[in-house]
Amino acid sequence: MLKIWSMKKEQQKAENAAEGTTAAAPKKKKVTAAQLRVQKDLSELSLGNTMSTEFPDPDDILSFILYIEPDEGMYKGGRFSFTFNIPTSFPHEPPKVQCREKIYHPNIDLEGKVCLNILREDWKPVLNLNAVIVGLQFLFLEPNASDPLNKEAAEDLRNTREMFKRNVRTAMAGGTVRGETYHKVLV
Amino acid sequence: MTSQVHPSSEPARWRYLDQVRTRPGPFTNPDLFSGAQVAAAMESMKILVIGAGGLGCEILKNLALSGFKNIHVIDMDTIDISNLNRQFLFRQDDVGKSKAEVAARFVERRVRGVKITPHNKRIQDFDEDFYMQFQLVVCGLDSIEARRWINATLVNMVDEDVEDSYKPLIDGGTEGFKGQARVIIPTVTSCIECQLDMHAPRAAVPLCTLASIPRQPEHCIEWAHVIAWDQEKPFPALDKDDPEHISWLYQKALARAQEFNIQGVTYSLTQGVVKNIIPAIAATNSVIAAACCNEALKIASGCAPALGLPDNNYMMYSGNDAIYTYTFQHQRKEDCPVCGNRPRDLPVSGPQQTLRDLLDSLADRPEAQLKQPSARAVGKTLYMRVPESLEKQTRPNLDKTLAELGLEDGQEIAVSDPAFATVVFRFMLRFK
Repeated sequence: MLKIWSMKKEQQKAENAAEGTTAAAPKKKKVTAAQLRVQKDLSELSLGNTMSTEFPDPDDILSFILYIEPDEGMYKGGRFSFTFNIPTSFPHEPPKVQCREKIYHPNIDLEGKVCLNILREDWKPVLNLNAVIVGLQFLFLEPNASDPLNKEAAEDLRNTREMFKRNVRTAMAGGTVRGETYHKVLV
Repeated sequence: MTSQVHPSSEPARWRYLDQVRTRPGPFTNPDLFSGAQVAAAMESMKILVIGAGGLGCEILKNLALSGFKNIHVIDMDTIDISNLNRQFLFRQDDVGKSKAEVAARFVERRVRGVKITPHNKRIQDFDEDFYMQFQLVVCGLDSIEARRWINATLVNMVDEDVEDSYKPLIDGGTEGFKGQARVIIPTVTSCIECQLDMHAPRAAVPLCTLASIPRQPEHCIEWAHVIAWDQEKPFPALDKDDPEHISWLYQKALARAQEFNIQGVTYSLTQGVVKNIIPAIAATNSVIAAACCNEALKIASGCAPALGLPDNNYMMYSGNDAIYTYTFQHQRKEDCPVCGNRPRDLPVSGPQQTLRDLLDSLADRPEAQLKQPSARAVGKTLYMRVPESLEKQTRPNLDKTLAELGLEDGQEIAVSDPAFATVVFRFMLRFK
């Protein structure tokens, strides 16, 4: 291949075209790389009993909602939802994930931003959606006081674990902790 | 300054080029090279340049001086005053005009006999028929997104039975003192998607550092950009080119920097961090553009072995500490979503077949043997077995006909199966 003489063929084609033999090829639409990758990731997703998904538009698999209902740990009994928005540059860029409820959690701020390393600084294209949802689930089992986004919650967790636990229950019931009223997430 | 070339200097201008491209050298491949025909062949060749910025200006000038006569250039941008320090085809009077048009006219004036067709458009505005007319594509782009798009387009254009459907892609890129030149022969050598990991990702700072313990001026700016903006929403949407928006971020970042006793937040740093600007260096651009155009000349003339044919396909250059270059073979990825996985024809009886029949048939067909398939078309989820909610939503599609689902002859579908977790199979529907 790559012989420049192949342009002779080009001329032959032009001659054929002059005779009106070439039909216009139908325009084919292609599945993008991000969509292919998300389809693969979705078919590998293991949600177990504690998680489920919702697709507002099933034809758009790049945006969906993930529900997590922890069955152990301090957040047991709650139902938390996260929007997933996957950029067309996925998996080069990580999915954008945001918690939809206002919750009391050291690693999730009041706007729902999540401090999870693989959603930002440690994202790599070899990681997949499963890694992200496992990471989110882990945040509810092991909230981490050393990476605070909600500084008050992190302080409480560091100082007195018992009080932190009580605050979690209060906040999950829709109560007020340190002057901040949280969404009711108990099911 | 005169832009007229003296007629008597014309033959002299091409003398050294002709010595290279009309006479065999120690490395010329005798099967590919025929010195007598090279000049004519290069003149009838159409070559496409994508981008008329820092690299593009150099590439256009180099290609014109390398004997290419029919060049097209695509760039959607207009000239900004900040471009003038390195995009040498532009003058102050050109600010606000189309880069492609100004660059094309400038080179045409300086190099007699060359025809440059400018397109002041996005690459996505053109279809395969347009790209099919070229024999070579040279890219001088600053976005990974655009590279991936043109790469996927050229790979998808390959028809194994048509020699002319293989369009070599020469890609240059620079970032500060570093750069790379690479050659991609679609579906033959490793493609841009295979090489995505060669792009160093932006160094992101952990969100919690921004939120609680900023240490550097950049942290304060990122905080204003990522956190304060969302909290206060001073404008409906952030426009990174709007000075008013950048000023708002700058003020926020400055206040935060004072709170944490951090020095160094300035308006231009704010602009740089928010727009992720890495300073462009004219010398790096000319080194990389020269390497790219050398490859173009070698591929077009056959006068010497080119990158990517088939071994070493990637040349990296670094001017950070003295000068260093290294050329190596980047391997193809077997599971590359673009070039490792090309759609195969899937004959189906016709538009009246149901989706269920089609999916069931995938289990028996020797070319598929997929027993638990999930399938999507462009912008349409046909049937997904998991997750559960998606299965419920798409189950009614199973009893619809392909026509009802809007599937046509020649349409692509992507099929995944848990038994082959690492790949998604792509099929092209062919109605009998």
